Amino acid sequence: MNSLVLQTATRFLITLLLLFSVFLLFRGHNYPGGGFIGGLIGAGAFALYAIAFGVRPTRRALRLSPRTLIAAGLGIAVASGLPAVLFGLPFLTGAWTEVHLGRHSMHIGTPLIFDVGVYLVVIGVTLSITLSLEEE
Amino acid sequence: MTLPAAVLSVFALAVAAPWLSRLARGAAGWVLAILPTLLVVQLALLLPRIAAGETIRQSWSWAPTLGVELSFVADGLSVTFSLLILGIGALVLIYAGGYLAGHPQLPRFYLVLVAFMGAMVGLVLADNVVTLFVFWELTSITSYLLIGFDHDKVGSRKAALQALLVTGVGGLALLAAGLLLGGVTGSLELSQILLQGDVVRSHALYVPILLMVLAAAFTKSAQFPFHFWLPNAMQAPTPVSAYLHSATMVKAGVYLLARVSPVLAGTELWTTLVATTGAVTMVLGAVLALRQTDLKLVLAYSTVMALGTLVLLLGLGIEQAVTAAVVFLIVHSLYKGALFLIVGVIDYATGTRNVTRLAGLGRAMPLTTAAAVLAGLSMAGLPPLLGFISKELIYEATFGLERGALIFTTAAVLANAMIVAVTGLVAVRPFVGRPVPTPRPPREPAPSMLIGPLLLGVLGLLFGILPALVSPWLVVPAAASVLGRPVELALTLWHGVNAALVLSAVTVTLGFAGYLAWSHLHGALARADRLLTWGPAGWYERSLDGVIALAEVQTRLLQSGKLRYYLRTIFAFAAALLLGTLVWRGGWPGVDGLVIGGEGAYEWTLAGLMVLSTISASRATSRLAAITSLGVVGYSLALLFVQYGAPDLAMTQFLVETLVVIIVALVLIKLPHFPQRDPMPRRAQAVNLAIALAVGAAMTALMLAVLAYPIPTHVSEYFASEAYPLGHGRNIVNVILVDFRALDTWGEIMVLAIAGLGVAALVKLRLSARAREIER
Repeated sequence: MNSLVLQTATRFLITLLLLFSVFLLFRGHNYPGGGFIGGLIGAGAFALYAIAFGVRPTRRALRLSPRTLIAAGLGIAVASGLPAVLFGLPFLTGAWTEVHLGRHSMHIGTPLIFDVGVYLVVIGVTLSITLSLEEE
Repeated sequence: MTLPAAVLSVFALAVAAPWLSRLARGAAGWVLAILPTLLVVQLALLLPRIAAGETIRQSWSWAPTLGVELSFVADGLSVTFSLLILGIGALVLIYAGGYLAGHPQLPRFYLVLVAFMGAMVGLVLADNVVTLFVFWELTSITSYLLIGFDHDKVGSRKAALQALLVTGVGGLALLAAGLLLGGVTGSLELSQILLQGDVVRSHALYVPILLMVLAAAFTKSAQFPFHFWLPNAMQAPTPVSAYLHSATMVKAGVYLLARVSPVLAGTELWTTLVATTGAVTMVLGAVLALRQTDLKLVLAYSTVMALGTLVLLLGLGIEQAVTAAVVFLIVHSLYKGALFLIVGVIDYATGTRNVTRLAGLGRAMPLTTAAAVLAGLSMAGLPPLLGFISKELIYEATFGLERGALIFTTAAVLANAMIVAVTGLVAVRPFVGRPVPTPRPPREPAPSMLIGPLLLGVLGLLFGILPALVSPWLVVPAAASVLGRPVELALTLWHGVNAALVLSAVTVTLGFAGYLAWSHLHGALARADRLLTWGPAGWYERSLDGVIALAEVQTRLLQSGKLRYYLRTIFAFAAALLLGTLVWRGGWPGVDGLVIGGEGAYEWTLAGLMVLSTISASRATSRLAAITSLGVVGYSLALLFVQYGAPDLAMTQFLVETLVVIIVALVLIKLPHFPQRDPMPRRAQAVNLAIALAVGAAMTALMLAVLAYPIPTHVSEYFASEAYPLGHGRNIVNVILVDFRALDTWGEIMVLAIAGLGVAALVKLRLSARAREIER
């Protein structure tokens, strides 16, 4: 498809969508959002890019193949559960720490890392389906 | 390193093996052998404590609520096995580096072989029956992958599947037996179970437990009538045959029998079943070994004979027999591992393993010949090798029996005599006489392929001359673990002239005569082929064919290949099940479940929109219109979620709905654009409508029926109150997903990943098919 309007709009939108997807990923623990939703938005952003510019530029923009994203996501999710095992707790037990940033403080823990894994798997799966379908 | 860490470190090495293999290239085998060697040293350092009667038990928590622990025990039996597994494993890894040098799949080979090593060590050290089962199945799976290593050959694939099916069935029996034992004794830890022998033996479930343990042990250790899979497994590369199908994995069944002896052995039933099966297997294996001309198959059947001997000895269960079993276990692993490796060397160097086409290799391959002679002397049971001591012990055990001494001794002498003849075939015949032309001129192989056979052969000699090296450290503690009581014993090479020595002399004479008359014997056995191959192998083939035929029939009956019919079947069945259950079991919702009112204009509008777009979807003439209409249904549902305060659900629904429309639209664009080729007949439309209405009614009734009951709230209340204190998150849905129920989520993303890869692979498959068409 070669639509100037779509291509121009996509250039702006993809940045916003990707930022929004990461934003949703990280706010998910306290407000609506999370890895699954964030991942779907991220995948949607690249799907839009693929519709506007074609599959090959999208793969180039993505840098990593969707399959690598899937593997990385699963790996990160597992890795987030391992520290607990090393401390003799059941696999995937959450470990938390509080980080102070000036006047604000936030909790950072292994479940957030787990959510990043979910995020990557969702992006990888959705894109591996849409991109390979579009390629045909 | 603790025992769990030791076992898991081997698996870590397996994961790293492909990288190491690429990094270290030709030296990969040597590098990979480092860890097993270190573990051998570590376990050997435990021997003084174990010999003093101590057992070392270390455990990591795995699934404590289920009683499943990653617990391992180092006692005489498990350490003896572990030392053999790790020691021979290290040598086999080094050997494989030479044997498979330059093979493109070598990294994969290392991965699976090292993973097998981990599984096998885990199996023999495991204290928990569930852990034992998991490692047991892991050895079956890695063995499957290794037998089928040359997966482009039909024979390899068939043999791999056969081994997997036979040993897999046994594995299931083992799980059942283990759980029953747990139920009877109240513990899943073997160290606890083994203390309750009298409880188990007098329990009503004793017979089922025994039969299932035997099913597991006999399939794994290739006992009659399951012996047929082991020779077929020789399709594997020779290092695998040497390691899995001779020295270690096939002994897992023997290990199991030895391990459970304190609780299951000693009854009439045990002695009858185990000893008889062992004796039959022993004689049958020896006969079949003489019938072969392929050196590898000769060794495979002689391994069947050896496994039969071990099972026979454990079946007899008396102290002499158990001691003989332990010594024979060690000596057999040493000489048979060596001989398999030597056959691999011969095959590698000359290009053939056919015994009738080999002679006079001695001059060209002196070191190989030396190793073969050492291993062969041990196999034939000649002094001063450990094999001699072992055979003397076997004869003492059978000869000293109160009942059946004559039968079992005769069987043992016959089988051993045949094995002496087999030794001549394997370790003498190829090396003596005038050299004959072979496909490749013979020459000595690389050091990596010689160190294994030589070291194993020398150990057989060393332990024979100095039995005190193994007797107090391995044999006595291992026999004590099998018998469940301390054992007094000192192995000696020379016993004086006694019955066993006379029997030995008879054996060797008979065996030598058999070797000289081998070509006649072989001819006679070949004529009896029909009789010898009758039986279990055929039953296996026929039952497998039966399963496939059944699958074909039901596929033809049920699989039309048309999506439309599948959907119709699924939906009709779902509706029938739901409605049927509701009517039968009396869950039919009353009218009081149906509360109308409280909904505002907003809800009614959305509901109306959903109904309208459903109708429009079903009446749409173009596919795109239908998909878009369905998208409207999804969006309306998402809006309802918003209305009822479920923003996460709503967002997910919106996104999924959008992506579904995108994906389906992408598929639709590719579909051929023909007008409805087969307009659906009126009757089919009516049937579809009826099914659709039935599904709708069933779901509605189900929802109402569910709502009629008070919803239990303690779980949701727990999540609501603990989400922030425990999970540090105010979004309960997210906290449940990534913290409280993270394991479920992990399973889900795993499924998602598999589905995604599957779809991509399917699309790619069609792509490449089309690419081929275009090329033509």
